Amino acid sequence: MCRMSEFVVHDAIVPDLQATTKEGVIREMVLALQKAGQFAECSADEIVSAIMRREQLGSTGIGRNIAIPHAKHAGAGKLIGTVALSNAGVEFESIDSQRVNVLVLLISPQDRPGDHLRALENVVRSMRNDKFVEELRQAKSQEEVWQLLHK
Amino acid sequence: MSKGVPTMNGPVRRVVTITNPQGLHIRPAAAFAELAQRYTAKVTVTREEQTVDGKFWPALLLLAAEKGTSLTLEVDGPDAAEILDALTEQLAVVFEDEPPIVPPKG
Repeated sequence: MCRMSEFVVHDAIVPDLQATTKEGVIREMVLALQKAGQFAECSADEIVSAIMRREQLGSTGIGRNIAIPHAKHAGAGKLIGTVALSNAGVEFESIDSQRVNVLVLLISPQDRPGDHLRALENVVRSMRNDKFVEELRQAKSQEEVWQLLHK
Repeated sequence: MSKGVPTMNGPVRRVVTITNPQGLHIRPAAAFAELAQRYTAKVTVTREEQTVDGKFWPALLLLAAEKGTSLTLEVDGPDAAEILDALTEQLAVVFEDEPPIVPPKG
């Protein structure tokens, strides 16, 4: 379990982020998840705050223009996530100080640390493939991103 | 060395078990790597067949080490034995759980 294709919500993929700040892109991703029917009962502000609080403990920017912002959700039944792409890049205080163009946002249940670890592992492993990252960054639609995740 | 006392340059190895209930997630991995970076010695962490650079936290995530997982720490370089102790101690630090998002009742 926890290949990216298994936890990414198709309708929440954002192929063209408009925001250019860290909080802005996180908000855009959270709103996309809610529009896709996920965590709609929570306020977006609350979810964004939880993710931003986590970022303040240390950036989730893993380098090479990629970040994995995340939070835990007491009511989540399973781990879900979304992928978003920023053409302009976002300042994220990443490990290599590079701007972030590819974001994978994760919302994990509180009691499944193993799933969270396997999701992180899968994202890091997938993103070590230069060709995959390059193709992902070129993707222009939800469908193109989705197809790449299922390759 | 000037005193003629042999220095422990390694490589030294130790098998450690992850005790953190949340496993080796980003914050403990980052703290481990940050400590490892303070030294010139080479630090690697191995889970079964996979060995990663202990000074780079994203690589540590590749180990997906849950509570109970055995990892082999290896330090090669000056003060290897001391560093191994410090890193073992660091791995045992439990990070406070992030407060979750709580859905509204009803």
